[in-house]
Amino acid sequence: MAFAYTPGLRVADVADVSKTRRLPLKGEVLVNVGDVIKSDTIVARTELPGNVKMFNIANMLGVPPSDIPELLLKKEGEPINADEPLAQSKGLFGKYFKNTVKSPIDGVFETFNEITGQAVLREPPIPVEIDGYVNGKITEVLPGEGVVVETHCTFVQGIFGIGGEVRGELKMVCSRPDEEITADKITADCKGKIIIGGNYISYSVLQKAIDTGVNAIVVGGFDDQDLKSLLGFDLGVAITGHEKFGSTLILTEGFGRMTMAEGTFELLQKREGMIASVNGATQIRAGVMRPEIVVPLPADTRSEQTSTRQAGAMDIGSSIRCIRSPYFGMIGKVAALPPELQVVDSEAKVRVLEVEFDHGKKFIVPRANVELIEG
Amino acid sequence: MDAERMQTILATDCGSTTTKSILIEYSEEAGRYRLARRGEAPTTVEAPAEDVTMGVLNAVGEIEDLEGRRFLKPDESGVNVREGSGDGVDLYVSTSSAGGGLQMTVAGVVKSMTGESAQRAALGAGAIVMDIIASNDKRLPHEKVEDIRRLRPDMILLSGGIDGGTIDHVVELAEIIRAADPKPRFGVGFKLPVIFAGNKDAAGAVKEELGTTMELKIVDNLRPVLERENLGPARDLIHELFMEHVMAQAPGYARLMEWTGRFEDGKWKNVPIMPTPGAVGKLIENVAKMENIHVMGVDIGGATTDVFSVFDSGGEPVFNRTVSANLGMSYSISNVLASAGMDNVMRWVPFNVDEADFRNRIRNKMIRPTTIPQELEELITEQAIAREALRLALVQHKDLATGLKGVAQERTIGDAFEQTQTGATLVNMMDLDLLIGSGGVLSHAPRRSQTALMLIDSFLPEGVTMLAVDSIFMMPHLGVLSEVHPQAAVDVFNNDCLIKLGHCVAPSGFSKKAVHLATVTMVMPDGRTLEEKIIPGEMKHIPLGVGEKAKTVITPIKGLDVGSGPGEVWEGELEGGVVGLVLDGRGRHPFNLPEEDAERVKMLQVWSQTLDTYPERFLTMGGGE
Repeated sequence: MAFAYTPGLRVADVADVSKTRRLPLKGEVLVNVGDVIKSDTIVARTELPGNVKMFNIANMLGVPPSDIPELLLKKEGEPINADEPLAQSKGLFGKYFKNTVKSPIDGVFETFNEITGQAVLREPPIPVEIDGYVNGKITEVLPGEGVVVETHCTFVQGIFGIGGEVRGELKMVCSRPDEEITADKITADCKGKIIIGGNYISYSVLQKAIDTGVNAIVVGGFDDQDLKSLLGFDLGVAITGHEKFGSTLILTEGFGRMTMAEGTFELLQKREGMIASVNGATQIRAGVMRPEIVVPLPADTRSEQTSTRQAGAMDIGSSIRCIRSPYFGMIGKVAALPPELQVVDSEAKVRVLEVEFDHGKKFIVPRANVELIEG
Repeated sequence: MDAERMQTILATDCGSTTTKSILIEYSEEAGRYRLARRGEAPTTVEAPAEDVTMGVLNAVGEIEDLEGRRFLKPDESGVNVREGSGDGVDLYVSTSSAGGGLQMTVAGVVKSMTGESAQRAALGAGAIVMDIIASNDKRLPHEKVEDIRRLRPDMILLSGGIDGGTIDHVVELAEIIRAADPKPRFGVGFKLPVIFAGNKDAAGAVKEELGTTMELKIVDNLRPVLERENLGPARDLIHELFMEHVMAQAPGYARLMEWTGRFEDGKWKNVPIMPTPGAVGKLIENVAKMENIHVMGVDIGGATTDVFSVFDSGGEPVFNRTVSANLGMSYSISNVLASAGMDNVMRWVPFNVDEADFRNRIRNKMIRPTTIPQELEELITEQAIAREALRLALVQHKDLATGLKGVAQERTIGDAFEQTQTGATLVNMMDLDLLIGSGGVLSHAPRRSQTALMLIDSFLPEGVTMLAVDSIFMMPHLGVLSEVHPQAAVDVFNNDCLIKLGHCVAPSGFSKKAVHLATVTMVMPDGRTLEEKIIPGEMKHIPLGVGEKAKTVITPIKGLDVGSGPGEVWEGELEGGVVGLVLDGRGRHPFNLPEEDAERVKMLQVWSQTLDTYPERFLTMGGGE
């Protein structure tokens, strides 16, 4: 029998997770295989080519491009300083009314083109460094490109996030997964921490968290209207991670008021007080990227439970969670996987499964509207 | 195996959200090929699977379940393409738009001339054009450099200059590309493919600029003279490089590319995977050619919406394709909302909606793009969004499907456009004979009348237009199949794929005090004569079944046009379909939707009831009635 296959999010109590830390361009790797690193260890470094300034010397001197080479005072590849002469016209009788073209930037005189009369000047390179992001061990060096860091950790993927990589101590601000993060829960001691809430945070409370200096907020749901207010525009294509709003926000369930999955909440509760690395970067397109919370653990930590919401094969008895109304968030077991299409409330004929929820009742749900939970 | 001896054909389309499989078999009884089964599964190019073949195996596995036969190899390591008899299929073909498709940046000297020609060449090859760099695009050189770097295209098409024309502007563009030094999305070590299809006299200088740092290929100029485009060579090379450099790098494609093909005289013959839009375009073009009519097709997917058109210009059919890269029903659904605006989307919802809740619903679809509406209310709101995605895609299509700017020109079908007026759009909704809808939201709408109304609301066809739908979304499969086995593709297209919904009649033009817009007199198949008035603001539905025709005279009032010119009588045959005839009195130029909310909701409900688009219970939604 063909198995159904469904995407899902990973929520692992204990896992060995590999993170590839790659430079945007070739550069220098600063660590070796086997090195134990901290999240803030610089693992690789490179220099991005500086910005380019196109500069038409022929136009500026009023001379045909082909005549320029003999007027150049700099050779290709030579360093230049701002206001340094790059070329000079011959002037009248080789003496008077000479025109000089000066460099507008510090950098390098990269190329000159005799057809267009254009010089390419490049600003000094921009240094780029990448850190380890998580505490762990270097398992692979990608020569000239970066490293792979493996960490023994608790690993939780969210569904959507904004803001980039940050670190901090995990702090629970709600006692239940269906509890809202309210203003009174944002106290001074939240500063520099990653706060974990329940089902919802409003815009005003989020602002308070940012003002307090909270490094990241992990919560079940948030309103789209508030996202628009926060970003200042309507997010069209979901490619995030570079937003600068003073914090990082990770939603574990979605938009609106959404109870955080119990397994996720309990797991993060168990790790309260530990240092975590989080990243809000999300890309919902081919090569999907989800936001994540990584809590490095001592090497000898063993799993007490396996509550991994993860993709894989679905069969009778598989645990699933509904990810769209009317059963959003409900957990159950697959009772049947009928191969024939069936009609649902919308009158659409779709591939379905029969799910038995915890209270024993069975319902028909489109297969596309569930995600697998392992264990 | 010879094409004429093939009994069983399998085709898949790997979309950005779903992988669809169809099984085609030769029926001795019918004496033709027919669609036997269909299956689908989520596409698996993404983590954790990161292998497109898993989705293919699952989609084919569904067919196996339904059919009770085996089409996969025993160890499920691929599709079992057989040499003789036994389990398996005789031919396996596939199309793909997964992995984000082919993303290109194009460059030309003048944006509206060689820039636009380059854009058309890329679009014709099935690419998404992310940016058009031109000497006159008003960006500073360093801004162009930054944009190329930021967008990280899969490929760059550099054109510019007619043969014997400007060299320095073309070299300047090459300089910009070299300065940007963009890296491909896949793999740090690869060189980015750059195609030069510009002034042949500039080829040497371009090679000097880019020859060492890029994977430079040089082909014939795509605009050798101002009056003519020559898009074929550039388009073919784009296909070739797409397979070699882009698709082969995407997760699992290298394996899938080995699966597609057939045995011919005992030897394996590979059939290349075709980009989905290329396959659909091919089919639309064929329909226009075979029937000698003006056709538009729209394929609304999860990430993109493609619009295809063939209009007659100067006596020659002219094919056009555009892709709206960020208009779609799953990955791009939030972008539809951002582009169209909340008010434009909400105007199609026939009940009152809480805006905050509505926004959250759309976002939740975006973050879980593979989910589908289980409840009626969610279906209705998704169909409202689809109307705006389709409308915006048509606007973009009209903007690009224009004649060559500033000159008279000649072009061949599939390559170019002709013009009757400098740079004017070639899309004329009054001339349109057939409008075909495809893609999940149109093909899988629970009632075909929903599809009809979505097409009418978004495209606003004028005069007399036949509406049709790709029955279960298999035009991509048939497009690629037509390359290998035209007979099977034609058989299935005519009998199983194209579902005619019925003619739509919509008078166009403005009349302030009209009591009615036109009188429609029909001689029905049973011999009785039916006379209907098209009333302003009203829609009428007249039952007329598939293949049934009514000899018709349409008399518009003075100044209004139904296809024969303002105030002129139209005579011909109206044909029915699974929906029937639709008489649309809501106006064209202008189209009128009530501005006041309560009135608008009331009218949407009336129109929906007229066409029986939703179960009656939708009237009580959103606290209505």
